[in-house]
Amino acid sequence: MARIIVITSGKGGVGKTTTSASLAMGLAQRGNRTAVVDFDIGLRNLDLIMGCERRVVYDFVNVINDEANLNQALIRDRRCDSLFVLPASQTRDKQALTKESVGKVLEELSQAFDYIVCDSPAGIEHGATMAMYYADDAIVVTNPEVSSVRDSDRMLGILSSKSRRAETDVEPIREYLLLSRYSAERVANGEMLSVEDVQEILSLDLLGVIPESRSVLNASNAGVPVILDAESDAGQAYGDMVARYLGEQLPHRFLGVRKKGFFSRIFRG
Amino acid sequence: MAFTPETSVDASPAVFELKAAAFTLPLIRLLGTDTDAVAEQLRAKVEQAPDFFRNTPVVIDLSGLPPHTGDIQFPLLVGLLRGYGMIPIGVRGGDASQNEAAEAMDLAILGDAYVRKPMPAAAKSPSKQGSEGIQDAAGHGRADAPRPVSDFPSKLVVHPVRSGQRVYAAGGDLSVVGPVSSGAELMADDNIHIYGPLRGRALAGMKGNHNARIFCQDLDAELVSVAGHYRISESIPTALKGVPVQIFLDQDVLRIEKL
Repeated sequence: MARIIVITSGKGGVGKTTTSASLAMGLAQRGNRTAVVDFDIGLRNLDLIMGCERRVVYDFVNVINDEANLNQALIRDRRCDSLFVLPASQTRDKQALTKESVGKVLEELSQAFDYIVCDSPAGIEHGATMAMYYADDAIVVTNPEVSSVRDSDRMLGILSSKSRRAETDVEPIREYLLLSRYSAERVANGEMLSVEDVQEILSLDLLGVIPESRSVLNASNAGVPVILDAESDAGQAYGDMVARYLGEQLPHRFLGVRKKGFFSRIFRG
Repeated sequence: MAFTPETSVDASPAVFELKAAAFTLPLIRLLGTDTDAVAEQLRAKVEQAPDFFRNTPVVIDLSGLPPHTGDIQFPLLVGLLRGYGMIPIGVRGGDASQNEAAEAMDLAILGDAYVRKPMPAAAKSPSKQGSEGIQDAAGHGRADAPRPVSDFPSKLVVHPVRSGQRVYAAGGDLSVVGPVSSGAELMADDNIHIYGPLRGRALAGMKGNHNARIFCQDLDAELVSVAGHYRISESIPTALKGVPVQIFLDQDVLRIEKL
C-alpha cells in the first residue's frame, strides 16, 4: 500500500506545486516508486514545473471518465525512472472529481507505487477537499505572513474533520509544516513572521524551511524540480525536507541572515 | 430548553414556575426491528431485575438501527414495554417516517442532536459548518458510544482548535488543552477553560448563566463573552494580554482579572 501525501495550504502562490515536484523527485531519487498527481483541474501547473508539459496526452479526468487507463495517462520522468506524473486536465470542469472516482484512481495507484503525492489546488473548495480526502500525511505549505498562516490553520481544521481518516475515526492524518519563501533578512527587520512565530501559532512539526530564492523561479521556468539544483539553497533545503520526512534528524538550515561575502561587498557596495 | 423565570414578574402571585430540569432515563437502544427477538431478550432482562423496570420511564433510541430500516412496530413495542411495567415516553434518533409513527403512538420526539450515528457522514450532513464543528468537538474515539447529553455534559478537547472550527459544550463546561487559533470559536453553557493561548473567540454562559467564567492561560482573544456581555480585542487592555486571566460578570459588567 502506498502512503498518500497531500501538499496543501489554503492560500495560493505559496509554493505547493514547487513542493510537490521536489518532494516527489526527492522520494523517487531515493528509489521509492512515486507518483505525483495534479489535482488543480483547469489550472494545471505541475506538468510545467516537472518539465513534461509537451508529453501530456491523457490526464486525470480522462482516467476518471474511463477514457484512458492509468498507464496511458502516467508520464514517466526522463530524469528518474521511478517517478511518474499524472497531469490535471486543463479543459475539464473540476466537478469531474468525486470521492468515489478519486478513491478508485488512488486505490489503483496504491497497488503500483510506494508514495503518492497529491498537489492540491488553492482554496478550501471541492478540488482541495478531494486532494486531501484520502491523505495519510499532509504537508501544509505556509509563507511567513499572517494571512497565509491563518489560511493554513483553517486548512488544518478541515484536514482533521473532513478527511477519510477523520470520518472513519482511524488514526488521524499526520500533519507537517513547511515554511516556504522564508527571508531571514526580512524576519530580522520585523517584516516577516519568524519560524518560532509561525510554529507557535500553528503548533505543528516543522518539516523544513525553504529560503526565498531566485533558483526556485529559474527552476520552474526550466521545468526542473528545484531539488535537482543541488547548488542552490532552496534545492538543498528541499533535500533536507525529504530526508526529514523519511525520518532523518537534521538541523534546520538557512534560518540566519547570510553574511555578505567579500566579493559581493565590493561589487554591490 | 431553558426558560428564564425572571420574565414572570407580575402583580398577582405566581401559581407556577416554568423551569427546565434534566433527568437521566434508561434508554432502550434498538439494534434490530424483529419485535419477537426484542420481546424474547427483554423478557430475559426483566427477569433479572423485575423491580428495576416497574413504573420506569424509558426512551426508545432508534439511532443504532441500520439506515433505511423502515417502519417500526411501535404499537407492539409500546405494548410490550408497558406489559413489563415500563412507561415509554419518547423516541429519539429516528428518521422522519419513524418519528411520525412514534407521534401517532403519543410518544415524544426527543432531540437527537448529540446522537452520532456510526455511518459515513456523507449520507446525512446538516450544515457544513455544523457538521464540522460537532465532529471536531466529539474528538476521536467517541463514535461508537453515543450518549445522552445529560450524562456527561462537559466537553474536553485535547487538540488545537483551528481557525474556522467551532466547539460547543451544551449544558456544561468546555476545557481545551491546546491553542485556540484566531478565527476559532469556543462556546459553552457554563465555564470555559483554556490551557494554552486563546486567540479566537470564547463565549461562556451561552444560555444566560451569569455565573459562568472564562479561564485562560494566555489571553489574546478576538472576543470574549459571558452571558451575552462581550468585549472585543480592541477593548482588552494590553496589560491583560499574554497573561493568565479569568473573565467573569460583576454586576453585569464584564471583568477581566489577572490570575
